[in-house]
Amino acid sequence: MVHQLATAVAQGDGGWIDFNVPLLVDRFWSNTVDGLAYGSVYALVALGYTLVYGVLRLINFAHSEVFVVGAFAAYFTLEGLGFRPGPTPQLSTLSIVANLLLAGAVAMIASGLVAVVLERVAYRPLRRRNAPSLVFLITAIGASFVVQQLFFVTRGANPERAIRILRPRPLFEVFGAKVTNIQIIVLVAAVALWVVADGFVNRTRLGRGIRAVAQDPTTATLMGVNRERVIMLTFLVGGVLAGAAALFYLMQIPQGVVYNGGFLLGIKAFTAAVLGGVGNLRGALLGGLLLGVAENYGQSLLGGAWRDVVAFALLITILMFRPTGILGESLGRARV
Amino acid sequence: MNAHIASRAGVRILARRVGEWWHGLSRFQQWGVLVPLVVLIYLLPVLNPPLLTTEPGTDFPIAMFNAARMALIAIGLNVVVGQAGLLDLGYVGFFAIGAYVAALLTSPDSALGVRYPWLVVVPVAMAVTMLSGVVLGAPTLRLRGDYLAIVTLGFGEIVRLLADNVEPLRGNRGFQQVAGPPGTHADGSPIFTQTGGTPWYWLVVTVIILVLVLVGNLERSRVGRAWVAIREDEDAAEIMGVPTVRFKILAFVMGAGVGGLSGALYAGQIGFVNNQKFDVVTSVLFLAAVVLGGAGNKVGVLLGAFVISYVPDRFQAVAEYKFLIFGLALIVLMVFRPQGLLGARQRLLARGRDAYRRLVGRPEQVVTKGPTPDSGRGVRT
Repeated sequence: MVHQLATAVAQGDGGWIDFNVPLLVDRFWSNTVDGLAYGSVYALVALGYTLVYGVLRLINFAHSEVFVVGAFAAYFTLEGLGFRPGPTPQLSTLSIVANLLLAGAVAMIASGLVAVVLERVAYRPLRRRNAPSLVFLITAIGASFVVQQLFFVTRGANPERAIRILRPRPLFEVFGAKVTNIQIIVLVAAVALWVVADGFVNRTRLGRGIRAVAQDPTTATLMGVNRERVIMLTFLVGGVLAGAAALFYLMQIPQGVVYNGGFLLGIKAFTAAVLGGVGNLRGALLGGLLLGVAENYGQSLLGGAWRDVVAFALLITILMFRPTGILGESLGRARV
Repeated sequence: MNAHIASRAGVRILARRVGEWWHGLSRFQQWGVLVPLVVLIYLLPVLNPPLLTTEPGTDFPIAMFNAARMALIAIGLNVVVGQAGLLDLGYVGFFAIGAYVAALLTSPDSALGVRYPWLVVVPVAMAVTMLSGVVLGAPTLRLRGDYLAIVTLGFGEIVRLLADNVEPLRGNRGFQQVAGPPGTHADGSPIFTQTGGTPWYWLVVTVIILVLVLVGNLERSRVGRAWVAIREDEDAAEIMGVPTVRFKILAFVMGAGVGGLSGALYAGQIGFVNNQKFDVVTSVLFLAAVVLGGAGNKVGVLLGAFVISYVPDRFQAVAEYKFLIFGLALIVLMVFRPQGLLGARQRLLARGRDAYRRLVGRPEQVVTKGPTPDSGRGVRT
């Protein structure tokens, strides 16, 4: 039977898996550039997973839905501002910046709010009762299902048609790879947001509270840290970052948002968080960018259909060989 | 609020009453109740009771077959989630592997060019699925609960993506004419057809009973005690000398085998396999079936599976919202009654109720598993 299978594969057009090394070499730099821009979206979403994991030791399964809410919020805002799917309008720079900032702000507020509400409705009652972590996971899955299905019921199964207000324009080349204005904007904005988030956690009073609870919830509470408030704040920060990521995501993907678009992105962002070291803010950035790049290399090497398998395979490999990730888990470690 | 508390207490008291009454009966009396009940269950598609029926929306025997198939899946997943306490979000992957093995070995569309009889294919499908359970479990079962959940989710997706993309698995075109069980009526027409649900229902119910006996025996053995120990406290179990990884893999493999079996049954009944039915949403639906009735409680799991499969068939109006409804049900249930409708039974004396009665002097109580004060993250450092 195995023999028959082998001959069948040899005869079949395409076979199981082909390695296309020349294509990878050919597209190496453009893959890298695209991957970094796309990976910055993963990085921002990964920050949400990492922050919540650091504080609660909980994988917030519903975080992907927080992201989707942000994407829909950005979409509806642009629609409300009078933009329609179709050809990109010719706008002044000021108008583009203002509209994008507005859409981003609405997305961030919506995602932040949903994240906080989620924490209140789904997680807080369980925490009060000291429920086992299995219960948290199942609740999170249920919550993620509900949000997803709400969009499915109201907006249907087809992706929204993309609304664009910024035309992609190549700015310069790196080793023959074109870098577009959108990629630069996304990358710079994402890194800037990460710097703000990192500064917030590591340098402000509220951030100190987050680190304290991550390190030792009981002692932190005894020292006067309001644990519930810190947890709410963590969800808020994670949600706001996911909202921003949603806008950057919409700027890059060919189609608009779809009700279940958060699922794959959520898993990939989680993979990014684990890759860099879950609970580690720097790890989230590193992991996100690495995953974005790795995914593109995989796509060139194996073909477009295998793009998503790369992330899963990477996730399983890291968890097997280095579950603490590249930089290690560190949100709770003492830092002076 | 009061009414709500009262109704919750009502369910619990009713469940306990029934449990006490059941365990108070002698073995002979238990059979006296069980046999007519099973006969009734077998007769359901023939009786087609007026209030229960799902017609005209869905053919009632087919609806019953689907409910039974869901029940079989839930029993398999219950071994993993309910008994060993491992959250498996990629269970649909095993189901898919079972269905695809059946399709590859029996369909004329298969590139293998073989058409084995169904009775040969089912054990092969189970074996392949169990093997994939080992392949997935051996490296990943060292991980903690929430990581395991994500990895199994990834596994389920990988299986689906393979079905999408690997050429010999035929993606959306799928496999036609997947074989079913042998056997013909007196006039020569086959017993098992795609349109007749009743023989399939009987087959699956029989399989369920066999699997229940098998799993029940496992639960009452050293293996079952090890699973419960792992579920309750993995570290403690390890310290007490339970080889946790090995037993976790065993739970995974058992669950996978049942998943593969139900996949092969499904493929046979539909007669067609393509890449459409194996997404994460289905995995979560399976999980909901287990959790709804009460993970770790076989009767509860059967009940949960029946609800999950039957409600959208019976009430077509809500079918479109079924995922929304079951998602909400998951949250509400976890917040208010995390042990599910019936709840896991913690058998302190796994040797059974005779030992219990001898020791305590009264029939065994059904203890519903509530949240234990120390099982949260408070103990984690």
